[in-house]
Amino acid sequence: MTETLYRPQTLAQKIIARASQKDYVSPGELVTCQVDLVLMHDSSGPRRVKSRLEELGAKVFDPSKVVLVSDHFVPATDPESAEILALTRRWANEQQIGHFYDMQGICHVMLPQQGHLQPGMFLVGGDSHSPTGGAFGTFMVGIGATEMTGVLATGEIWIKVPETVRINWSGQLQPGCSAKDIMLFLCARLGMNNNYKVMEFGGETVAAMSMYERMVLCNMSAELGGKTGIIEADDTTLNWIRNTGKTPAEDALQWRTDSQAQYHSVHHFNACELAPQIAAPHSPENTKAVTEYDKVPIHQAYIGACTGAKLSDLHMAASILKGRKVATGTRLLIAPASLKTTEAAAKDGTLATLTEAGAILLPTGCGACAGMGAGAIANGENCLSSTSRNFKGRMGSPNSNVYLGSPYSVAAAAVTGVISDPRELLMETVL
Amino acid sequence: MNSLISGKAWVFGDNIDTDLLAPGAYMKGSIAELAAHCLEAVDPHFASGVKPGDIMIAGEAFGIGSSREQAAQALVELGVAAIVAKSFARIFYRNALNLGLPVLFCPALADVAPGDHISVDLKQGLVTNHSRQQQFSCEAIPPQLMEILAAGGLMPHLKQRFAKKAE
Repeated sequence: MTETLYRPQTLAQKIIARASQKDYVSPGELVTCQVDLVLMHDSSGPRRVKSRLEELGAKVFDPSKVVLVSDHFVPATDPESAEILALTRRWANEQQIGHFYDMQGICHVMLPQQGHLQPGMFLVGGDSHSPTGGAFGTFMVGIGATEMTGVLATGEIWIKVPETVRINWSGQLQPGCSAKDIMLFLCARLGMNNNYKVMEFGGETVAAMSMYERMVLCNMSAELGGKTGIIEADDTTLNWIRNTGKTPAEDALQWRTDSQAQYHSVHHFNACELAPQIAAPHSPENTKAVTEYDKVPIHQAYIGACTGAKLSDLHMAASILKGRKVATGTRLLIAPASLKTTEAAAKDGTLATLTEAGAILLPTGCGACAGMGAGAIANGENCLSSTSRNFKGRMGSPNSNVYLGSPYSVAAAAVTGVISDPRELLMETVL
Repeated sequence: MNSLISGKAWVFGDNIDTDLLAPGAYMKGSIAELAAHCLEAVDPHFASGVKPGDIMIAGEAFGIGSSREQAAQALVELGVAAIVAKSFARIFYRNALNLGLPVLFCPALADVAPGDHISVDLKQGLVTNHSRQQQFSCEAIPPQLMEILAAGGLMPHLKQRFAKKAE
């Protein structure tokens, strides 16, 4: 009997090794992985893979392993978007797709909400914010439509084994600060070109976070340019899975980075010192503390998308908006991330707080974040948004300006009409 | 696929994102329609001026942002023959190769001016700027990925694979 040499690996390496039927994979190596689950949506999904699969004469490798979500062109605003949604429904039916959520919520929120994620899984998604799933100890990467055709036809994909960057946060976040501020800060500090690297988050600040907040860390790993984001599972993860009605996998807590594993680099930051962060146009890395902005007028305050419209995000906004009104000359638009989010916010009174303040509720979906639904901005207008990207022209006119901030900061701007420090408004609430 | 490509340079800076390449407002329409708006927010003359065979030169993180394949497809539609950049966003890089569009990492690349005559040798991993008599070596495309590129993209590559299976 030969002794196997013990070679420590990061969590990402371990999952890739398992998915490629190996004991060990080394960074830089190209391997072929079997995919455990596939996420698709209406924009990059059926309308772009249907004819290609037909051209290949191929069928979906395992329809039970596909989750399809209509969230981009919802609800339809014209005959073209209506046709895209109709095609998505027909294809889901034809291919007998295992899980089809039609206009129920944003795909990155639906996946964990419906209990599809288990630590150790290897997943691909037809969307660049697919790293969100990494908050549950999975390895999940975004791919394009031709690549998706290949995955659907074969059940596999090639992956270059990435190096892992470890990002530790210690200390407690100040009231009015959130995971979003952490990620905007990191975009400025680490830049947006951490290409081909996995961003692994940890430390006591992360351990204390809810799953919603951990999802923000992994979600915006896309803005760091990372291959994906990942967080080792713990009791918070397992409790989430139980609350969806699913049983956590037996080995869920074993999916961890080995203590001797080699990281590309390790960063340490202190959450106590972090002020709310705002990204100026036209890049998330263009971030400074909110205190460095001098009364920038905000015409549209937007709370939406996979990054910033979950139940916890609506709670943050409500904590600022309670008993206050949206400023004259400013509009506050809120598009909750899923129907369940809206339902929960209605039950716990959050929705009433938002609407009493003068918020305009928009349909659930990706909407204005991707410049696709209602909520576009005009030439010369400024928008402060809880979403993840402020690229030129993304939310409307190429001559509009998108600033990014946490739901606290967006709500603070909504009531003051200008970029404002949400900590000051929270203090007033307490007094 | 020809591994020697030469053409006129179009030069862009860092962080050319997918919203610039494929603006969300035109995502519902055809690729031809979308391509007409490609990069209009940074260079309104690009889509109408670029000629088949031209080469794009860019800085860091080309194609950062969305997974939308249309960002690469718009460039294929406009006839761009290759992209040489200091670095690429990973999904864009895969999308481009999958659509048969050669993309080369060239961190050393410098001093290219719009209109310079550029040639790219994919096999050797070399970029030559003939207008300035400069040569830069690039990261070679791994053999597994050259296979996809040589087939003309992932679809023809998969077709070969499915045809073999059917035999």
